[in-house]
Order: sequence, then C-alpha cells, then structure tokens
Amino acid sequence: MQNTTSKTIIRVEALRRQFIVGSEKVQALRGIDFSITEGEFVTIMGTSGSGKSTLLNILGCLDTPTSGHYYLDEVDVRSMNKNQRATLRNVKIGFVFQSYNLLPKTTAVENVELPLLYNPAVGAAERRRRAVEALEMVGLKERLYHKSNQMSGGQQQRVAIARALINRPVLLLADEATGNLDSRTSYEILSLFQDLHRQGRTIVFVTHNPEIAQFSSRNIVLKDGHVIEDTRQTQQRSAAEVLAQLPKEDE
Amino acid sequence: MNWKNLIQIAFRALNNNKLRCFLTMLGIMIGVASVIAMLAIGQGSKRSIKAQISEMGSNMIMIHPGNMRMGGVRQSAADMESLKLTDYENIKDLPHIDLCSPSVNSSGQAIYGANNTPTTLYGVNTAYTGIRMYDVARGEMFTEDDIRRISKVCVIGQTVADELFGENGDPLGQTIRFNKTPFKIIGILKKKGYNSMGQDQDDLILAPYTSVQKRILAITHLRGIYASATSEEESRQAIEEIRAVLRENHRLGEFDEEDFTIRSQEELSSMMSSTTNLMTVLLACIAGISLLVGGIGIMNIMYVSVTERTREIGLRMSIGAKGKHILWQFLIEAVIISVSGGLIGVLLGVGAAVAIKLIAGWPVYVQLYSVVLSFAVCTVTGIFFGWYPARKAASLDPIEALRYE
Repeated sequence: MQNTTSKTIIRVEALRRQFIVGSEKVQALRGIDFSITEGEFVTIMGTSGSGKSTLLNILGCLDTPTSGHYYLDEVDVRSMNKNQRATLRNVKIGFVFQSYNLLPKTTAVENVELPLLYNPAVGAAERRRRAVEALEMVGLKERLYHKSNQMSGGQQQRVAIARALINRPVLLLADEATGNLDSRTSYEILSLFQDLHRQGRTIVFVTHNPEIAQFSSRNIVLKDGHVIEDTRQTQQRSAAEVLAQLPKEDE
Repeated sequence: MNWKNLIQIAFRALNNNKLRCFLTMLGIMIGVASVIAMLAIGQGSKRSIKAQISEMGSNMIMIHPGNMRMGGVRQSAADMESLKLTDYENIKDLPHIDLCSPSVNSSGQAIYGANNTPTTLYGVNTAYTGIRMYDVARGEMFTEDDIRRISKVCVIGQTVADELFGENGDPLGQTIRFNKTPFKIIGILKKKGYNSMGQDQDDLILAPYTSVQKRILAITHLRGIYASATSEEESRQAIEEIRAVLRENHRLGEFDEEDFTIRSQEELSSMMSSTTNLMTVLLACIAGISLLVGGIGIMNIMYVSVTERTREIGLRMSIGAKGKHILWQFLIEAVIISVSGGLIGVLLGVGAAVAIKLIAGWPVYVQLYSVVLSFAVCTVTGIFFGWYPARKAASLDPIEALRYE
C-alpha cells in the first residue's frame, strides 16, 4: 500500500515545545522528527505527560513549536500568524474530538456545514450539497435533520467525522475519537476510519489506548517528549471483522 | 469576510436560546419605549404651552411702573406712579409698535341686582382687545368717543356675565355697578378660558381708561401700558425703542436705574419653554437610565453566553474561524438583540404615547427625532455593551477553550 511517489503531508524536524509554568520551564517535546506521507493511517500513542496532546495541537496548527519545523502539505506552519493558521485549518485539516463538540440543538446538516461557513469560496447551495454528501459517506443519510441532542454518541461522532470531511482536508486529525464510546460503537467508528483510509485519506489518530494501534498502518509511540517507537504494520486488524465477531446485543 | 454567513451564524445561535434572547430584549424594549413616551409627553406639554402663549398675543409688550429688578427693597410710592399718559402717547407712535393701550386697573366687586362677584376692572382704550387677542362676541367695543366723553360703559368677560346674570340672563344693555359706580354693558367678550398659569382670562371688565382713572381711582398716572410689536421678531427692537423713549421722558441719566419694567410675551414664552425643556430633559434622563440598564442586561447575558459557549468558540476556532469571525458573531448577536428590542420598543413607546393621550387626555406629541434618536442609541448600546464580551470571546485560546469544562 505504501507508495514511494506519494507526497509528504506532514514533515516535522527537530520539533521542540517548551512551556513556562510559573518560573519553571517544562519541556513537552524534546526534538521530534518524522514525516507522514499521503494515505497513511498513523496512530500516535503515549501515556499522559508523554507530549502527545502538545504534538496534536502543533500538528493541528493550533499551537506553534518553540523550535524546529513543521511542514503541513509543504507549507511551513511555524512562520504563520494566528489568522493564517486559522485559514490553513479551515482548508487543510479536519478535526475529530473525543467529546464530538457538536453545536447543541442544531441539525446534523447544519453542524456539518459549519467549517464551510468560514470559507467564503463556497456558496450556500454547494455547502448544503457537500454536507449531505459527507453525511451519506458516514452512513447518516437518514438523519440529516436530526438535532444533535436527539442522536446517540456513535451517531454524534459520525456527524463530527462528516464535519471533518466536508472541507476535503489533506489531513484528518482525531483526538481520542473513540474515548467516549462503548466498545461496539468504537469498532464501528474505527471501521469508518479504516474505510476512509482505504479511500486514500491521511489520518492521524492520537490515543492512549494500545488496542487501537492494531488497526492503523503505522504506530508512533511517544514518551517524555521523544519518539521511542515508530513501526509500520503491514498486517492490520479489520475493525469490521472484529465487529462481526462480537456477540449480537439484545435489543 | 462573509457577512451573510456571519449573520446566519448569529441568528442560529440566538434561535437556540429564544427565551433568554427575549428577556434580554425586554430591557431594551422598556428603555426605548419609555424614552419615546417621556419625550412625547414633554414635547406635548411644551407645544400646548406655546399654543396658549401665542393665543395671549405672542408679540405683546407690557410696561409697568417701578423696577422689578429691585426686588426685596420696598419701592417708593412715587416710583409706582412713574408712567404717564404722555409716555403712552410717545410709545404709540414708535415705528415698531403696532397697537398700544394705556391701562389702569382696579379690583373690586361687580354688582347686579342681588348678585355680586369679585373681579378686576381694566381701564383701557380700543386697541386693547387687539393686543390681548380678545374678540367681542356680542354687542360692541366702546369707542374713542366713549373715551373722550369719559362714558360709563363697559364690556364684560364671560365669567363675569355668568356670575352676575346666570346662564340664561342677557347682560347686554343692563347696568352693573362697580364699587358703586354704574356702568352700562355694551358688549360681551368671547370666551378665552384659562391661560397656562391658571388665570381665568374671562374674569374681567373692560371700560374706557378715562372713566376708570377719573370716576373710580381718581388718578392721573397709568398702572401700565400694553403694546404690540409689528411682529414677534421685531419685539426686541420695539422694546429698545420704548426703553429709549421712557428714559428720555423720565429724565433718567446714563447710570440711573430704570423706574419702569418692560416685559414681553416672547420673554415669557422662552421662560416657559425653558421650564418645559428642563422637564423634558429630566424625563428623558430617567428613561435614558432604563435604556442604560437594558444595555447592561445585554452585556451581562452576552458575558454569560461567552462563558457558557467557550467550547463552541474553541470548536469554531479549530475549524478555521478567526478571532474577528468570533468577535463579529457575538457583536452581531448583541446588535440583533438590541435592534429588534429597539424596534419593538419604538412600537410600544408610540402605542403608550397614544394610550396616554386617549386615556389621560394629556397633550402628547411623538417627534420623529425622538424615535430616530432612541433607536440609534439602542443600536449603539448593543455595540458598546456587546463589544467587551465579544472581545473576550475572540481572544480565547482555542486549545484552552476546547478543554474548557
């Protein structure tokens, strides 16, 4: 599946990030190098305090490194200001959060449309068409006009994934996306991520759960601000198969 | 920036919190409505006073003996006799004077048969009715001949007629007595009603000034001179001319105090309107305070809303909203609340003004400027009080905001 001619989506070089807490300097990232090419499904793992949240914020262009470089789709993010990074997030990144972060009392379609409201290049009709398309892709064709509080956790997370897909991002960034879900729904969501991966999307999935790493194509493990492990796996487990083997739940 | 999208975002956010949105609006509604109603009441009373003053003759000038500015000091009797008939004759011929009448008055009892009423007898000439805007309803005014002959004739006001002759009696041609002197009634004045200071303008008797001077008071000086300027605008000039004539006639040196007082209706009307202006300002201030309170209500709610929606703000930022987008979203929300509250407030205020007019019968006048003003003020209030919470929202750090519980 790996293709040497694929373009590089993420390239980080000697990435460092330090925070100043009171009078102390805390090193969250102590020099990280890796690159991710188009079409990879990468899990980034680590216990709390390993620096994975900080890395996620930097990869998501919410934060900038103290030193080192981060290139997203060949663009140097470190030299960008706040507004430029906001625009970059709007067109290149799709976020999926642990707690979904949908707007309350708002329909699925309107939630999915949200990123395009901040993109002046897309008109209202196109926006609606793409939102419906994205919801069809995550299997919520029948629930376009359900409000967020009328849906289950798994459905809400699907809406959130549809929202992340609507701007056709180069990078799908998931932060513990299955953390709030029961195991059955977790596998459903993972299976959805694997489907998206199969369609050639680049996914970075940050988690502390080792089991999830089995479903990705590459696993990066962080500890104390360093990369201690970076393995590619050719044999992925299929979430759909795991799901099929689960005992049927009594309705 | 895409305004259509921002407005749509703001509307969706408000739609999620209809009750809160309405309650916030209520403050602005009440504020705007009270500003409009209060200004309407203020303007209404100002107008009705103005109308009453011009009914009394807006270009009237009154000259009285003695100096009113020497208040507190007891004035000498000689001072009160400073106005003479020659003064009247000189004033009459001044270029900016239209009509002029000498005036001597006496308070006393008017008696007819078994009825009597306390009233005031004014000794004047034929020009007096023109100056004071009186009309003779029935009969006729006395003539120059009557003045020359010191005739015992009079014209009475409606109140006097009612008191002495009742509703149905006919006073014309009857003879009444004023302080024992008989006067024949030759005319009745048209009813004028009460003036703005509560005086009954129909409680009077007019007679030739010569008759009052000689037959009742036995004096040769005048108690006052009434004149009218050729127009309201020229009354200042007329006053200056009168002042010059009187100073000369009374042989006053450059630094001597005047022994007379000139007052004009214009002065009175500006005095009255400054009183009503003060009242209008006071009412508007009270109403303005309620508008301010409404504005603070908006700030309060927007502030709570920013805190409550911190995660939403974090999400919007993470999917590409810039600080200014968030700023505008919250500002637009505040302005939508204040403008729609203002619109409803305008309707309520105009409605309240009309209701006051119909129910309480107060003179009420809604001016366009007060509507425009209060509407503008409430829009500005929305922007002003929405600004600070919106700034707070826009300056949130997306990482912190997303983690906010």
